[in-house]
Amino acid sequence: MERLDWSGLPQVLPTLWSGMQITLQITLLAIVLGIVCGTVLATMRLSGVKPLAYFANLFVTVFRSFPLVLVLLWFFLLIPQLLQALLRIPATTDIRLVSAMVAFSLFEAAYYAEIIRAGIQAVPRAQFNASLALGMRYVQVMRLVVLPQAFRAMLPLLLTQAIVLFQDTSLVYVIGLADFFRSATNIGDRDGTAVEMVLFSGLVYFLICGATSGIVKLLQKKAVR
Amino acid sequence: MISLNNISKWYGSFQVLKDCSLEVAKGEVVVVCGPSGSGKSTLIKTVNALESIQQGKIFIGEHELSHPRSNLPALRAKVGMVFQHFELFPHLSIIENLALAQIHVLHRNKDEAYQKGNKLLERVGLRAHSKKFPGQLSGGQQQRVAIARALCMDPMAMLFDEPTSALDPEMINEVLDVMVELAQEGMTMICVTHEMGFARKVAHRVVFMDQGEIIEDQRKDAFFANPSSVRAREFLSRILH
Repeated sequence: MERLDWSGLPQVLPTLWSGMQITLQITLLAIVLGIVCGTVLATMRLSGVKPLAYFANLFVTVFRSFPLVLVLLWFFLLIPQLLQALLRIPATTDIRLVSAMVAFSLFEAAYYAEIIRAGIQAVPRAQFNASLALGMRYVQVMRLVVLPQAFRAMLPLLLTQAIVLFQDTSLVYVIGLADFFRSATNIGDRDGTAVEMVLFSGLVYFLICGATSGIVKLLQKKAVR
Repeated sequence: MISLNNISKWYGSFQVLKDCSLEVAKGEVVVVCGPSGSGKSTLIKTVNALESIQQGKIFIGEHELSHPRSNLPALRAKVGMVFQHFELFPHLSIIENLALAQIHVLHRNKDEAYQKGNKLLERVGLRAHSKKFPGQLSGGQQQRVAIARALCMDPMAMLFDEPTSALDPEMINEVLDVMVELAQEGMTMICVTHEMGFARKVAHRVVFMDQGEIIEDQRKDAFFANPSSVRAREFLSRILH
């Protein structure tokens, strides 16, 4: 094996950082939108209102039945015009980034919905009754009593899902978007430092995910108490 | 003030409530007893529509509970309910438990709600615990908090669903004392309980249920002295030793 050459690393750090920004943007937005939409889907599914439950179920089933790569490609190839019209995006914005964000958000929403549904169902039914008996409405019961308890119990799972999501963002290479990993491999190809770049990006992923896992473990210990 | 008119309820083909009727006047304390599975818990839960009914009518004051245009949350807010397993909100402190529905249902401001909450905690002897969480209190203390939480809503009647049956024996009296005090102040109460001492002390009437039916509905003295049905007599002899 040839000797590794790390001398070029400092110069390419800015490029890698701009890739990391893309990765973080997609990850954070997909976590926030995924949890918000996932909560809405989960409450729809549990609401007992048939059409709402049916829609939520369909959404979850559809998005969980396709590989993420496929969903990404669809949003990029099939509906950028639709996205552009719907979200009123100026023509100058990178449509690849927007379609990646939408695709990840919806895809994550389907997975978060299932986690959140389980979390809601783990809150005893009697808590629901006690809240109703105090005169609260369904939405108040959810917002004030059930969801706070459910989220507390679910936090480790939600974070684990976030770690998976963070790693999955590397899939945006299929629509030609330069996230952190893609930037690294691009540089590697260009400078003939492919091995170094793959090793370095691996280390970065490892550190970030390792730190988040540490937080998860800490939270789990807290939740058990 | 509360009246159940010929209500019936089925779980599938199994009838849990059979044509039950009950009148509770303002200031009256009614104890509902009966063997387990007799439908008494189900009956009391129909009074604030936590259990639906398939037949009959329920009135809270002049409002019909099952009327499609009745404002269910508003009606429920007027009737306090205490559960067997307390059902305090574990993620909130004691005072937050007491303030939550005051703020979000009655639209009181936070100061007002906390003031009211603290006053009622004082009354059930738990003022010093207002900042603790439910998990840090004993069962008896939690149940007293649950009673205070219901009273915070200024209810016109209180429902108790086996409030002492999940408690260790040494904690039963602290809860019963609060209930006795409440009864003596003239609160309208329906209590599902096996505590016949409580019934003797403050009940006006005792209702005996078996297999989904109201078998007896008598003045307290008459019920204890000479229950008219065999089933009630057997039940009493079993629980009074």
